[in-house]
Amino acid sequence: MRPIAAMLLLAILALAACQREERDTRPQSALGSGEQPTPVTTLEPGGQRPSPTDNKAASFEANAFHLSEGKRLFGWFNCSGCHANGGGGMGPALMDEKWIYGSSMESIHATIRDGRPNGMPSFRDKIPDDQIWELAAFVRSLSGNAPSSAAPSRNDDMMAHPSENRMPDAATLGKSP
Amino acid sequence: MKQATQPAAFCIDVARIDPPAVSRKHLGVLAAMLLVCIPLLTAASETPPSPAISPPAAAAPPDDGQWTMPAKNYASTRYSELAEINEANVKNLQVAFTFSTGVNKGQEAAPLVIGNTMYIVTPFPNIVYALDLSKPGAPIKWKYEPNPEPAAQGVACCDVVNRGAAFADGRIFFNTLDGHTIALDANSGQPIWNAHIGNINIGETITMAPLVVKGKVLVGNSGGEMGVRGWVKALDAGDGHVVWTAYNTGPDKDVLIGPDFKPHYDMDKGKDLGVTTWPPEAWKIGGGNMWGWISYDPDLNLIFHGTGNPGPWNPDLRPGDNKWTSGIFARNPDTGAAKWFYQWTPHDLHDYDGINEQVLLDMNWQGKPRKVLVRPERNGYLYVLDRTTGEVLSAKPYGPVNSSKGVDLKTGRLIENPDKLTGTGKVVRDICPTASGLKDWQPSAFSPKTGLLYIPHNNLCMDEEGVEVNYIAGTPYVGMNVRMIPGPGGNRGAFTAWDIAAEKPAWSLKENFPVWSGAVVTAGDVVFYGTMEGWFKAVSAKTGDLLWQFKTSSGIIGQPITYRGPDGRQYVAVLSGVGGWAGAIVSGDLDPRDATAALGFVNAMKDLKNATTAGGTLYVFRLP
Repeated sequence: MRPIAAMLLLAILALAACQREERDTRPQSALGSGEQPTPVTTLEPGGQRPSPTDNKAASFEANAFHLSEGKRLFGWFNCSGCHANGGGGMGPALMDEKWIYGSSMESIHATIRDGRPNGMPSFRDKIPDDQIWELAAFVRSLSGNAPSSAAPSRNDDMMAHPSENRMPDAATLGKSP
Repeated sequence: MKQATQPAAFCIDVARIDPPAVSRKHLGVLAAMLLVCIPLLTAASETPPSPAISPPAAAAPPDDGQWTMPAKNYASTRYSELAEINEANVKNLQVAFTFSTGVNKGQEAAPLVIGNTMYIVTPFPNIVYALDLSKPGAPIKWKYEPNPEPAAQGVACCDVVNRGAAFADGRIFFNTLDGHTIALDANSGQPIWNAHIGNINIGETITMAPLVVKGKVLVGNSGGEMGVRGWVKALDAGDGHVVWTAYNTGPDKDVLIGPDFKPHYDMDKGKDLGVTTWPPEAWKIGGGNMWGWISYDPDLNLIFHGTGNPGPWNPDLRPGDNKWTSGIFARNPDTGAAKWFYQWTPHDLHDYDGINEQVLLDMNWQGKPRKVLVRPERNGYLYVLDRTTGEVLSAKPYGPVNSSKGVDLKTGRLIENPDKLTGTGKVVRDICPTASGLKDWQPSAFSPKTGLLYIPHNNLCMDEEGVEVNYIAGTPYVGMNVRMIPGPGGNRGAFTAWDIAAEKPAWSLKENFPVWSGAVVTAGDVVFYGTMEGWFKAVSAKTGDLLWQFKTSSGIIGQPITYRGPDGRQYVAVLSGVGGWAGAIVSGDLDPRDATAALGFVNAMKDLKNATTAGGTLYVFRLP
């Protein structure tokens, strides 16, 4: 009996370890419309009020599948043409700690969807809403704002060392090994 | 610092001859030569006796002490006959006055001086200032704000620069980043006309300085990284209406190729090559933009302008020669009709725009007098062309080049290096020069006194990886990961004096950063240029010896000029303010941890943030 129980326990443990991250390949489009107004500043006369949160933000943010899709779309929609692989060019750098229009998922989603006045184009009706959320999640991950277990790494064909968002801590940032 | 020194003027040669070694018979000749030399050395402001190489008189009239167009004259020599400041006294130069432009982006413009007024165009938002030089401290006379669309900043490939204005008939003409050409009354700053000729929603911007020829304002578009089809337009200087438009890709009727078109080489002959040398429809988004320099020969009644790189950078998407990109056109300024064309880089693989300056000169070439056009080209070769036909007389590399193996003078074709062919999914390493070229837009200067062309340039190499790319109007259309590194020797820039007749450098100075500023040379035998650390330097036109330098507040990428002030004194002016493609890491606050940032340029400029900060200040110097 004992060996059987032990094996059963092991099997249960093994199976439990197999639980995969949910890959919501066809997320419900009704869930979260991304239409909530997102303030672009933390300065609010009369005291700060709670920002509206979108319930899509959390479900996309730390999800490896959505992050990896975001990385693919970042190239396909020519985001990389302006922002390079995070370092910027025509557009600002995305891998640093500076956020012009806010660092939240909601803010980044709004930036991609609605554009910003100094050059960021509006991709409304050009990129489906869920894919904008995937892009927003990937953009956040570029500066290390995603679990390293989920964040995709940078392609290493131009650079020999791993991408900074997968490096152990901020102290190593900017220092090539 | 110097690689080679060679006497530039024969006067110096004579001085070096050891007297005992010269026979009595020769002494007479020597004395005669010295007689020729002495007036040259003592009264340098006088016109030298018919130099061997000189710009055509019609394109380079006698100097009036003003500076009415960025290139100084239609021949684009950037040579001033002023000689109050010379090799001996330049070390005493002092700041006369300064002026903040209020814009901390790359200052690539040349100031203009007409009468008692200096005119400056800033980078976006393209403010025009008129400064009154007749009053102490040069106060603002007027200011004009065109208020361009802020969204234009998002489609400008390489910082939001402007390369200057042009003056003609009492008017200042300039371009705005969002695609307007504007004429202002030079006296009052009041707008006379405003022509909207570029559309930012397809990625079109305008960064070049216009050129005014025979009552027409010549303007071209930028956008070679956005899949924008290149063109040059002639606007009527009176009211701004478009007189003609010449596209640089597409069918012959759009390119203004007609019966007058006589290219020298077979590779440029045929019907509708602007369509047939592309995959179907690709010419519509194929680049070939004109954002650089135009020269004009009044005798031949021809303008000369280059064409930019084909789009996208990834060459797999556009098999064929991609006419008429990365080449040069000679056109009739009245109608735009093409006279000849030559393609520097057929089927460009490395973003070798062909828009650099062309210096028009008359010289003896292998015993025969020729009307030539000299072009230090982005692909690394110093071309000497016959400007009446487009025939290549010489094409010698003026720095390290391994992307090609020379130019076949029989066919005119660049000989590609098969080891450096780029394509999708392939990383090709150590390609020299880089996408930014051995030299980019930064214009050189020519002195008829020395016969030397003073070339500010880069010394960089790169790795390239072709990637898939989709065309979405108004977004980048590049398809290439680039990573730049310092070139052989480690110095990222150089300032080279090129002996045009001898087809080799006379001397070359190494600079730590790319020399992204223009150059100006004077009859006082002084050459001025700036560095990206912020040093403004004066070197000897003959030897390259450093004579004077001054550290400005930010890196210099502007075009120095020199003029005679209302007090009759000689002044030297330059805008300081780092930026442009090379300085985007500072002006755009980019992150050097990404080697591919700013189309790969950031990787070669990682330490620029430690060397300088953004700025925007005019510096004007004179002797005490």
